[in-house]
Amino acid sequence: MSENILEAKAIKKQFGGLVAVNTLDFEIKRESISSVIGPNGAGKTTFFNCITGFYQLTEGRILFDGRRLDGRQTDEITRMGVSRTFQNIRLFNNMTVMENVMVGQEAHLKSTWWGAILNLPSVVKENEESEERARELLNFVGLKGQGDLLATNLPYGAQRRLEIARALASKPKLLLLDEPTAGMNPKETAETTDFIRKLRDELGITILLIEHDMRVVMGISERITVLDYGKKIAEGLPHDIQNNTQVIEAYLGRGAAASATIDL
Amino acid sequence: MNKELTTIDWQKLARYGLLWGVAAVYVSVIGMIESFSGRSIINNTLTLAQVLLFIPPIAAGYMIVNRKEIMPQDRNSVLMGGAAVGAISSAWVVLLIIVQGAIPGIRNVFINVSPALIEVLTFGLGFAGVFIYVAVTAVLGLIGASVHLLPDRGRRAVYNVVLTLLIAGAFGEIFTQVLRPLVGNVVVRALYTGGALNLVAAVVLVAIAGGLGWYRQENQARYEAFRGEIGTPRQKQVYQYQVAIGIILLLILPWIVGRFLSDVMVTIGLFIMMGLGLNIAIGMAGLLDLGYVTNYAVGAYILGILTTVPPDGSGYGFSFWIILPLCLFGAMSIGFVFGLPVLRMRGDYLAIATLGFGEIIRILAISEWLEPLAGGAQGVLYIPKPEIFGISFSNPQQLYYVVFAGCALVLYVSWRLNNSRTGRQWMAMREDEDVAQAMGINLVRTKLLAFTISAAAGGLAGGMFAAKLGTIFPTSFNILVSINVLSLIIVGGIGSIPGVIVGAIFLIGTPELLREFVEYRLLIYGAVLVWMMLARPEGLIPSAVRKRELKSGVDSL
Repeated sequence: MSENILEAKAIKKQFGGLVAVNTLDFEIKRESISSVIGPNGAGKTTFFNCITGFYQLTEGRILFDGRRLDGRQTDEITRMGVSRTFQNIRLFNNMTVMENVMVGQEAHLKSTWWGAILNLPSVVKENEESEERARELLNFVGLKGQGDLLATNLPYGAQRRLEIARALASKPKLLLLDEPTAGMNPKETAETTDFIRKLRDELGITILLIEHDMRVVMGISERITVLDYGKKIAEGLPHDIQNNTQVIEAYLGRGAAASATIDL
Repeated sequence: MNKELTTIDWQKLARYGLLWGVAAVYVSVIGMIESFSGRSIINNTLTLAQVLLFIPPIAAGYMIVNRKEIMPQDRNSVLMGGAAVGAISSAWVVLLIIVQGAIPGIRNVFINVSPALIEVLTFGLGFAGVFIYVAVTAVLGLIGASVHLLPDRGRRAVYNVVLTLLIAGAFGEIFTQVLRPLVGNVVVRALYTGGALNLVAAVVLVAIAGGLGWYRQENQARYEAFRGEIGTPRQKQVYQYQVAIGIILLLILPWIVGRFLSDVMVTIGLFIMMGLGLNIAIGMAGLLDLGYVTNYAVGAYILGILTTVPPDGSGYGFSFWIILPLCLFGAMSIGFVFGLPVLRMRGDYLAIATLGFGEIIRILAISEWLEPLAGGAQGVLYIPKPEIFGISFSNPQQLYYVVFAGCALVLYVSWRLNNSRTGRQWMAMREDEDVAQAMGINLVRTKLLAFTISAAAGGLAGGMFAAKLGTIFPTSFNILVSINVLSLIIVGGIGSIPGVIVGAIFLIGTPELLREFVEYRLLIYGAVLVWMMLARPEGLIPSAVRKRELKSGVDSL
């Protein structure tokens, strides 16, 4: 088994004349926490969408655990062990919290429609187990006792956590979090940061983040990749990135680069 | 802008009244009033036509009180405003009476403006009746408005009385037939004369219904106390008894209500099956299928073609019971095949494509190409009634059991799937297709499954329909069937299983029982649907989730 769980080789995604991701090479180490940062429109979310199969690559290839990921459908990729959350929360709003997490387990469920009609013992058992696991996950993300609420009625922070619980339900090896702390206050942000670290430490899940909050990025990332105009402009430890002139230029413009470092 | 009004805004009130008046004159001009005047609600006192005519002033009086920008909410304004808006709503009808008196040739344009209609509108009193009409509408507007001044229990009593009178009166003929063998001719004669309630009986009914409405809270409290006393295990037992009694009642129902009503119940049952089937596609999986008639037609033609026994001995003549499962699988296959090309379509596009499928099937059935098989415009004749172990299901009372079993089956399947992994997959797909796929749901498989299972119910209903009628024609399978099924789901409550049943009874049963309605069926459907969307978008019996959803939408405003 190689050291990297994910390897993207010279991937390119083009929308008409716009090259959103431009010949990018990218690796993620097992059980690491990495971040992708960059100014708005740098191609971060497009990069996520390429990994999860929402978009098909124009060029290049992505290996996950040594297997080709590109060219597959999203559901297949999820079953392989890649799971994600969304920048703008996308829960199943009119389903209960519990049902949301149970749908998240899809990748591992086996019961069939005719089994459900006949109420086979195996279906009943799987259903019970699935409920039990969903309840455990809800406890894990701190949504204990809220399983019967409609997802849409949860407060914002809880919706973010539910989305993570749903993503965890598929037992992913790699979890992609798209701006997990967007719109949160400093206290919630700190909690979420701890929570993400806990995911890796306790569950051994490899985590890739897109994040705008530099405090979060610098705080938990072991490796940071900076994108601008779809190209990788820097990569390395948080400390290196902070002092990289090219990165500062990308964020603040050329003039500022001489006098500034990214604010911690 | 939001300042409290101190006086009624007369100009707006007049406009509001005139708007409702249009409804009254409209139903008159299109002939509804005349054809409804044949049915008495209360003997010699009130006809269905008058009820229809009285709805606009009552509704105007009732609804204008809620318009806070038109009138203040104090007692005098409410009463005065109600009476005024009622009276104003009569304007167009009065105009109609005057115009038809002045211009005898008006019937050349409005053929329904007949002397009989004018007689109804003027209470048979000639031109003097105009004044009575205005006075009556004023009083009705006043009554409509004054409902708001009643305490809650009073309002409940009023609703109870109105509903009871309408049902007992309008369906008088049927009650007469059903009750005669049960309670004897003497009681029936005391209640009804010629299918209309007697005045005395009506008064008694009003008293009972009003009393029940007035004391409902107390009764409910007493029932709750009783439930509390007997404890949970007994409660469960009581519930089981209730269910058992309900099922037994349903099973003996055809023999209580007679042949005609059994026939109506069979039709309702067929639509319950289709409603539940379509509910799987629309309510659970969110696939707006406007061509549901396809499955009905496939089921009917499979059964028709394979069981028919023409006198010349050319048919296949298989047994109903062997072919019925084939109808199910046939419809499923067609559902699957038609599902394939529309897999990538969403929302409106899917609706239009399925609409096309409905037409394709009808045109195929009528086509020359399939004529050797499907009989073209002549359809399939000589379809025998089902028979098993020498028991024939030939009349509606016997067929009822076949349809009952079909409904039970579809109901069970719907219920099981609704609470299963499959149901959750469908719901997730309905909520957000992309995310559902990202959760590991195979969209192709899940969509096709929804189309296929949804189609099965339609095929089953179609097969039973063919056996019930004995003959099938391509014209029976037009787009109206799809629209009826869709309407009953919307009225009952999208995604709600009990809602489908109530919707079918309401939308399919009413026109069957009140023959006058048939001619205006689509008009009434349209009006009901518009009203439902405005007043109760969640349906008569909303599904639990939908209720929460619409409620949370209101809360967040």
